[in-house]
Amino acid sequence: MPARIVSSRTDAEVALADAYGAAKTRLPGGEAVRHLRDDAFGIFAGAGLPHRRVEAWHYTDLRSLMREALPVAARPNGSSLGAINGELAGRPSFGGGRLVVVDGTFVPSLSDALPEGAGVRSLADVLSEGRPELIDLLAARDFGEGDAVLALNAAMMQDGVVIEIDPGAEIVEPIEIVYATASAQPAASFFRSLVVVGDGAKVRIAESSIGRGGRAGQTFGCLVFKVGDRAEVGHTAAITRSEAGSLRLDSFVADLGARAQFDSFALVDSEGLVRRQLFMRFSGDDAKAQLRGVSLCQGREHVDTTLDVVHRGLGCEGREHFRYILDDAATGVFQGRIRVEKQAQKTDGKMMSRALVLSDEASMHNKPELEIFADDVACGHGATVGSLNADQLFYLRARGLDKRSAESLLLEAFAGELADEVGHEGLVARFRAEIAHWLGERTKAGKGSGGSKG
Amino acid sequence: MLEVRDLIVSIAGNTILDGLNLTVRDGEVAAIMGPNGTGKSTLAYVIAGKEEYEVEGGEILVDGEDILAKSPDERAAAGVFLAFQYPVEIPGVGTMTFLRAALNAQRRARGEDELTTPAFMKRVNEAGAMLEIRKDFMKRALNVGFSGGEKKRMDILQMALLEPSVAILDETDSGLDIDAIRIVSEGVNKLRSAKRSFVLITHYQRLLNYIVPDTVHVMSGGRIVRTGGKELALELEQSGYRDFAPHSAAQPAAE
Ligand SMILES: Nc1ncnc2c1ncn2[C@@H]1O[C@H](COP(=O)(O)OP(=O)(O)OP(=O)(O)O)[C@@H](O)[C@H]1O
Ligand SMILES: [Mg+2]
Repeated sequence: MPARIVSSRTDAEVALADAYGAAKTRLPGGEAVRHLRDDAFGIFAGAGLPHRRVEAWHYTDLRSLMREALPVAARPNGSSLGAINGELAGRPSFGGGRLVVVDGTFVPSLSDALPEGAGVRSLADVLSEGRPELIDLLAARDFGEGDAVLALNAAMMQDGVVIEIDPGAEIVEPIEIVYATASAQPAASFFRSLVVVGDGAKVRIAESSIGRGGRAGQTFGCLVFKVGDRAEVGHTAAITRSEAGSLRLDSFVADLGARAQFDSFALVDSEGLVRRQLFMRFSGDDAKAQLRGVSLCQGREHVDTTLDVVHRGLGCEGREHFRYILDDAATGVFQGRIRVEKQAQKTDGKMMSRALVLSDEASMHNKPELEIFADDVACGHGATVGSLNADQLFYLRARGLDKRSAESLLLEAFAGELADEVGHEGLVARFRAEIAHWLGERTKAGKGSGGSKG
Repeated sequence: MLEVRDLIVSIAGNTILDGLNLTVRDGEVAAIMGPNGTGKSTLAYVIAGKEEYEVEGGEILVDGEDILAKSPDERAAAGVFLAFQYPVEIPGVGTMTFLRAALNAQRRARGEDELTTPAFMKRVNEAGAMLEIRKDFMKRALNVGFSGGEKKRMDILQMALLEPSVAILDETDSGLDIDAIRIVSEGVNKLRSAKRSFVLITHYQRLLNYIVPDTVHVMSGGRIVRTGGKELALELEQSGYRDFAPHSAAQPAAE
């Protein structure tokens, strides 16, 4: 495709093109990978940063929101790793193995070995080794086609983890992927990870972030799941504690085999701009998947969740449920596209988004879209945007809870309900604590409609 | 002790309570009966502090102190308790979490220490046993999936825990089966004390066989129009409310 001449490239677009030009010979991978990168960068360069005339990005105009492209993070050095090691030591682990990714680079020396039945290698090693079937899975070409951000990640991917779960293996405790920031300067990182779950295997992957300071970075992440037949996979992501001005663009890809069960939950409590785009395909028959998420947004935060779910297999069940709490001048975006292909009869799909808007200046944009080409399906969606229920508030206050406590209890319930479905006590407790922390900060800031009267 | 004096309340421009007077002394159980839509629940809500009502005149005193300027939670701490005609379901809020938060909030507001976990559990278990509430209900979200009667029992359990000085029970008997009325009534009777005032809003004389009131008030047209002893309830059972058309017999009852 001849690259369209973009006469008015933004500073960020120019900087990204320069960054790719400078990095491409150093980025890991042989000939085939270089082609993959060039093709992907071609898609990005042709389209530029997505803007509001790109339908999937209508409410998140990245071209205007991303003013500059930060320099690509250098490989972390010894002294910064020491600090991270200290921080990790103080953090309880579940025993399923912890993989640490620093500024987009997998650091085995900070990471655990995985339990029997699971293996991990760095993305860089996998790209260099060049096994075509793994490269294909990593490329995930038939997901999010034409999406400039996904393409940019494919072009620039520095590192990440490639986890393989043996068929039939049962990994009891969650395998954690922990992202840390070492760079003292704000920097950009591009990472891509792959989880290949063998037929009939069971595993849970938990992503989270640690770190203080220097987090006003730009991260372009991508996590690809290839879920074998009858496999049971849980996934959680805690997208938390970044600094104002940061930009986080996460792509998530899941390809589900027959009778697979997949369950994903994400908590977003992050400053700046967050976009999660989830591409999921029911490739085999009779699979079940739940995608859930809670976004806690305040200040001028902008949090976008965009789903692109394709039903190809017969008789699959999809449940998507996302909740937002929006305070101050925050913006929430939920777009859910469910496409049921012609042969995907007996598809059972339900999508729901609910937003509580706590301030006049906050806003929520909902865009559910069902594209149904099969004739024998049960699919529905719902979206609500509202404030806290006055009868519930009065009931709690009539029992003695002051206004802020009553509001907090209801907000905590609203957010916590979805977190409770995660099905792992330790993870639920972490999410609950994160939600309580957010509410605590909100109460401390004296928000929540005045004092005890009123 | 509850004293309501010349209370005038409107909502959305309609006057609902129109110069209502009611005194319930310490230790007294007062029943309020009256036709549908006459303002009984409005009175209960206004005492508890619901915000959407406009109080245009009058006073409400609890133990001699005017509570009208207080928020609902401050009134609760001052000893007001309302058992709702329709208790609210609160998904995601565990019953125990809620009970503990409510009890401790009131204790804090009164300058008392919070209860320890064992002390709290003991109190809940005792109240639950008295009201024959199944233990697994305590593990559920507050009132979610409870039947109408189960919700009412949960409200009475809260009353037992919170030990109010003025308890208003808005049609607690409606929706209760025969056994539940007996159980709830026994619970209420145990909580009768020389320091506590009860207001029982009910449509049925039957409840008053279980909880024998000291006084019975007939409410109509936003006022108490007649006050008597427990025999007044029996009389109403026979005659209905036709003698108590609002304001004057000349006005249509729907006004
Ligand atoms: N929130 C409201 N908005 C508008 N009108 C209201 C509201 N609440 C009560 N009313 C009106 O006030 C009047 C009194 O209602 P209230 O619920 O107090 O009656 P009640 O005596 O408790 O009746 P019932 O015996 O049926 O429970 C009714 O006409 C009702 O429609
Ligand atoms: Mg009523």
